[in-house]
Amino acid sequence: MSPEPTVAEVGIPAALFASGVTKRFGHRLVLKGINLSVAPGERIAIFGPNGAGKSTLLRILSTVSSPTTGRVEVDGIDPEQDPREARRRIGVISHYPYLYGDLTARENLRFYGRMYDVPHLDDRITRMATRVGIAARLDDRVDTFSHGMQQRLAMARAVLHDPEVLMLDEPEGGLDQDGLNLLVNLLTEPESGRRRAAIVVTHHLDLGLALSDRVAILVGGRLAFQSTSGELDAASVREHYSRHTSPAYASARGGPGK
Amino acid sequence: MRSYLDKVLAIVGKDVASELRTREVLSSMFVFAVLVIVVFNFAFELNVENNEAVAPGVLWVAIIFAGMLGLNRSFISEKDRGCMEGLLLCPVDRSAIYVGKMLGNLLFMLTMEAIVLPIFAAFFNLSVFDPKLLLVVLLGTIGFAAVGTLFAAVAVHTRTREVMLPILLLPVAVPVLVAAVKATGEAIARTPPSTPGPWLGVLVGFDVIFLTVAYLTFEYVFQE
Repeated sequence: MSPEPTVAEVGIPAALFASGVTKRFGHRLVLKGINLSVAPGERIAIFGPNGAGKSTLLRILSTVSSPTTGRVEVDGIDPEQDPREARRRIGVISHYPYLYGDLTARENLRFYGRMYDVPHLDDRITRMATRVGIAARLDDRVDTFSHGMQQRLAMARAVLHDPEVLMLDEPEGGLDQDGLNLLVNLLTEPESGRRRAAIVVTHHLDLGLALSDRVAILVGGRLAFQSTSGELDAASVREHYSRHTSPAYASARGGPGK
Repeated sequence: MRSYLDKVLAIVGKDVASELRTREVLSSMFVFAVLVIVVFNFAFELNVENNEAVAPGVLWVAIIFAGMLGLNRSFISEKDRGCMEGLLLCPVDRSAIYVGKMLGNLLFMLTMEAIVLPIFAAFFNLSVFDPKLLLVVLLGTIGFAAVGTLFAAVAVHTRTREVMLPILLLPVAVPVLVAAVKATGEAIARTPPSTPGPWLGVLVGFDVIFLTVAYLTFEYVFQE
């Protein structure tokens, strides 16, 4: 598989770009040449069975992990060359909230705000906390929050620095319907009205479709399917998912993990 | 540079705020250090002749093992709720994370020592307000915290982290430990040596080496 040209080469701005990305842990090849491009403001949902490599792919795209081979660009920036500028453009909501339980919600947001050099931090904290519905509990310790409330606070943390790209790794855990609606709303920055690009990794098909413009299916470390636009409905996605994750398909592609 | 310093201070401030609320690290370090001093005090039959020979070793065993408790905790708190990953996602040099965590550990160890040293002095009938002794304790603690923070970050990735930290750290920290014990012996001697030994200089040398190596290599701890 030949790598796709870089965004800079074709002159199309992309919020996120991956070319020929592989990842090996010991003898196990977890990702086998991922090519992916997400335009600014575009949202893509990645579905796949357990062990398909979804979280590993997201860790590489979010610059926490490096690919074994291949390259990644965030908003045209190579994280290997300028990791700080690349990270400044990324926000991550994971099933882990990345919050310190002994600190209050405000202290957590202030800490991350300082790490991202967020201007007018106190105002921004108040606005984000109001937006995710935790303003009344800003001065409570995170340990006293329910799982759903922690996820709401994690959402505020992830968008505090107004990232260009939002990465969501199974973000739905503990969230009620209001929380899920909030997740959809967070994809647009309220102050500028700018649509954020987003990659959503989830097993929740309806949520993934609600959050995304197009879908991809990752099986055995390969992108087995990518839709080109939002032409797919839930039934079509289910059909594609069943087909691409069937044992017969996996064996035809060389099986997972080989 | 100002932004770098602000991030270092944000990490130190976060650790201090967390500790002020829980007092988990300081209380466990303090109790352990006092227990070590008390146990050694009863275990050895101390008198004026052997006091100076035994005291430096007892002090540094207490500091090193109590310090290890604090070092173990420093990165475990980052593992909870995936905070380490949250920290790695931040647009900061990995070295700023190291410096922040190291300064936090150093602060906790120095606070523990400020309480433990008078108790140690009382048990061993020594003067604690000797500037040379305080300087030796400060330098020894800097060296230990410098290399200890690096190995605590390594050990936290392992399943047996509480056991792994002393196994990794103690062999490497031996030069600092030996220099600190010898320099402490000189500092508390009732008849100071006519020509002071090289131990204070050795301690400074190892502090510089450990700080530099840990600062430069910390980035690689988080590579998969």
